[in-house]
Formats: sequence, C-alpha cells, structure tokens
Amino acid sequence: MNLLLDAENAGFFEKLRDRFVNCFIEDDRWKYLANGLAVTMKITLGAVVIGVILGFLVAAIRATHDKTGKLRILNFLANIYLTVIRGTPVVVQLLIVYFVILAPLGVDEILVAILAFGINSGAYVAEIVRAGIMSVDNGQFEAGRSLGFNYVQTMWYVILPQAFKNILPALCNEFIVLLKETSVSGYIALQDLTKGGYIIVGRTFDAFMPLISVAIIYLVIVVILTKLVALLERRLRNSEH
Amino acid sequence: MSTDNSKIKLTKNSDQAAAPEKKPAEHINIEGSEMTESLIMVRNLEKHYGSLHALDGVSIDIEKGEVAVVIGPSGSGKSTFLRSLNLLEMPTSGEIIFEGVNMLDKGININLHRQKMGMVFQHFNLFPHMTIMKNVTIAPMKLHGKTKEEAEAKAHELLKKVGLDDRANSYPAQLSGGQKQRIAIVRALCMEPDVMLFDEPTSALDPEMVGEVLEVMKALAKDGMTMVVVTHEMGFAREVADRVVFMADGKILETGTPDEIFSSPKTDKAKQFLASVLK
Ligand SMILES: Nc1ncnc2c1ncn2[C@@H]1O[C@H](COP(=O)(O)OP(=O)(O)O)[C@@H](O)[C@H]1O
Ligand SMILES: [Mg+2]
Repeated sequence: MNLLLDAENAGFFEKLRDRFVNCFIEDDRWKYLANGLAVTMKITLGAVVIGVILGFLVAAIRATHDKTGKLRILNFLANIYLTVIRGTPVVVQLLIVYFVILAPLGVDEILVAILAFGINSGAYVAEIVRAGIMSVDNGQFEAGRSLGFNYVQTMWYVILPQAFKNILPALCNEFIVLLKETSVSGYIALQDLTKGGYIIVGRTFDAFMPLISVAIIYLVIVVILTKLVALLERRLRNSEH
Repeated sequence: MSTDNSKIKLTKNSDQAAAPEKKPAEHINIEGSEMTESLIMVRNLEKHYGSLHALDGVSIDIEKGEVAVVIGPSGSGKSTFLRSLNLLEMPTSGEIIFEGVNMLDKGININLHRQKMGMVFQHFNLFPHMTIMKNVTIAPMKLHGKTKEEAEAKAHELLKKVGLDDRANSYPAQLSGGQKQRIAIVRALCMEPDVMLFDEPTSALDPEMVGEVLEVMKALAKDGMTMVVVTHEMGFAREVADRVVFMADGKILETGTPDEIFSSPKTDKAKQFLASVLK
C-alpha cells in the first residue's frame, strides 16, 4: 500500500501512526482526553450559569446606581468585586478559592472550579450587561416610568429584554473565553482536557502528539462556537423589530 | 378605518370656538385656588440644570377638561415644564398639586399618580420588542391587575378609534411614524388617565403624517380629556386650545384664549415668536 510513496514519506507516516497508537490507543489513553473534555465542559457550563446570574445582578446594581444614585453601598461593593477580579490572574483566584477557602471544607474540585471561574466570569459579564443596559435608549425608560411602572418593573419588562438581545453575542463570546480559561484547572488537581493531554505526555514521553491534539480539540470547539455566534448575530439583526 | 363607530371625525364646524364653556382661570389667586380645586395646580416651579435656570417661577392651574397648549421658542423650558408635571424631571423647588396631592411631598408613591397622567413623547418610545397589542396592554395588566381579555377588549376599542385595530399583531418597526404616534396615544389611554401630556407629538413626523395624529388629539379633546400639549402646530392651538400658554426663558410670559394670544399678544417676545412661526 505504501509502495507508491517514496521511502522517506512511508517512514514519516509510519512513525506518525506509531506515535498515534502509542499516545491514544495503547492502554486506552484516549480516555484521558475524552474524560478531560467532559470535565472542561462541565466546568465551563457551570461557570457560565453562575457568571451570567452574578453578572446580571452586579450590572443591575451598577446601572441602578448610575441612573438613580441609589444603592451606594452595594455599588461600592460591586466596584471592589470588579476591580479585584479583573485586576488579578484567574489562576491565582482559582488557587485562593481552592486552597484558602474551600479545600479545608472538603468541597469537590469540580465545584470549586465552577465557583471560581463563575465568580471570575461574572465580573466580565457584568460589564457586558451594563453596557447593554446603557445602550437602550433612555426614552424607553421614560416611557415605562410614565405609564406608572416602578424602576424594577421598567427594568424587567422594558429595558432588560432589549439589553439582552443586544448583548447575546457578547455573552456567547464570554463563554468561548471561559472555555479556554478553564485550561488552568490542572492547578487544583483537576483532570480537564489540558491536564489529560499533559498526563499522556508524562506516560509516553511524546509531547507533540498529545498537546497538538489538545490544541486542535479546543480550536475545533471554538471555531464551531464562533460560527454559531456569527449565525446568531445575523438572526438577531434580521429579526430587528 | 371608517367602518367602525369612530368618534374621530374632523368636525369642521365651530361649536368649540362658539361656545367656550371652560373659562380658563385668569390669574393665580393663591387663596381662591384652594376652593376651586383645579386638576393640576403648579406653584412657583423652579428647575436648575447646574447654572442654567430652565424653569423660573412657573405657576399655572390646569382645569379639568381643559386643553392647554404650550408654545414658545426652542429652549424656553416647555419640555422641562411638561416633564416636571409627572416628575420625569425633578423640579428644584415648587409645588405640583395633582388631584389634591402635592407630588413633591416626601413619601407619596409617584408611580400611582403617574398612572393617571398619560404621556406622549416626540419620538413615540414604543417598546420595540413587543407587539402593538402587548405595548398597549402590558401596563393595564401589570399595574391595574386587568385580565388579558379585559385589557385586550379595551385595547381593541381604542385601536378601532384610531383606525389601527388591524395592526394589533404588528411590531412598532413595521409601522409608519404617524401610526406609531397614534399607538403611543392609545398606550397612554389604555391606563384611563385623568390628563394627557403631549411633548411635541408631531415634530418627528413627516409632514403628510401630522394630520392623522392631530385628528386623534382633536377627537380626544372633544371627548373631554384634559390635555397639556407642547406643540409648534399653531393651527391646532388656534382650533383646539381652550388656553394658549406662551413660555420664554423658563417663564410663562402670557396666557390667554387662542384669539387673545394670536391676535393681540402683549409681550414683545410673544410678538416676535408669533411673527416668526406664522410667517
Ligand atoms: N437634562 C438636561 N441637562 C441640562 N440642561 C438641560 C437638560 N434638559 C434641558 N436642558 C436645558 O434647559 C433649557 C430648557 O429646555 P427644554 O425644556 O427642553 O426647552 P424646550 O422644550 O422649550 O425647547 C434649555 O436651555 C436646555 O438646553
Ligand atoms: Mg422640547
């Protein structure tokens, strides 16, 4: 079968195949990647849920303060949260949440990671949502208030639905960023996708094959998600009511 | 549009002008005004934007059923005055007594009072993510506790009056400017307000759409709605107003019947302004 190829090429492909077998087939090592990917997705999805809830809460506090001057103390706390989270590396945050706060309590590592990345993501989501709220024309707010809606009702029925539509693409991008950021989960002894690849490196002493494979898996997921976001953006623009 | 039992017909006769029943209160008489109990009593309203004096001691009584049209040069404080009435703009000082309650008292629930003051904006401000039906029923349903059926029955009745019942399931972006403004009027009316505030409701419209909106407003006036209207439509002021209010530099300089203001303005500012708008 390889007769048609010249000897050098045949050697190259054979070597590649051997390394592939060694890295992924032998001892079912592919499972490190498969299980790692599952862990990565769990952390990402969980963190997104927490990040979105936290982000909306913080954004609501900040926007309320900007619009009405109320909630001064909450706004102050929100600002500290945003400053600290955005001013320190996510790995350090993860390590602190794990070793300082939760490991002594014996909390499951995946839960720790979900919490840490969720709290981190919330800070970025908050600024996305705040920008979204500010992008809704103030006339909408005045129309709601003039009908007799209170501040919260106006936010809920009038402003947030419009803001959400504006920020949905940015929120999806935050999801993509988060997916890549969870690759530092190995620091707290979690076997996510990246760590899975790294373990294979240790077993096989082959760095190229596992790490390139890990990169390709991230890349494929990100490219697919990016395409979906672009599609979503177009749909939203077309359904512009 | 004309198949319904609409009251919106441009009555060209002059029974309004011939029999002005509601005599506008001539001057503010602080002692006397407590007894006659106007719908809205504004006293010494002041508004500062930093060093800018946007409202400078504005006092006026709005009677029940009265149509007051506010005119004046751009920047004279007309919008600020109108938006102060429902506290979209917070006055620096003064009193706004609406149905016997001082809206500036601490501890009153402004949202309850706003429900009785409909407002129509220059730029419509319809909710773009809701259908027309949702736009006009959401407030009565959420705030008056009306059922969907009740709210929609009322909405259909009013939509018919403005000739837009067939657009109930459209979205605002699918309507023309004139249609949007008629819907905005219906949205306010669905709350069954005691007074309607209009801030230049036709200024953002293409000229050919001004008429349809003014017609709806005329019909509303004829039905006895109390209205405060800021507008540059002098024809509307002449025809529909019980009283014309002329503002300049944050003050009310003159009030009077359309005839008094348009035919014999007293102040130089009013003369200048009318000369410029009436060509
Ligand atoms: N939010 C604001 N901040 C600062 N100045 C304002 C604001 N709103 C209105 N003004 C100023 O107050 C004055 C009166 O404005 P406005 O009531 O809108 O006038 P009109 O409606 O008669 O054109 C103008 O000089 C305007 O620039
Ligand atoms: Mg104005």
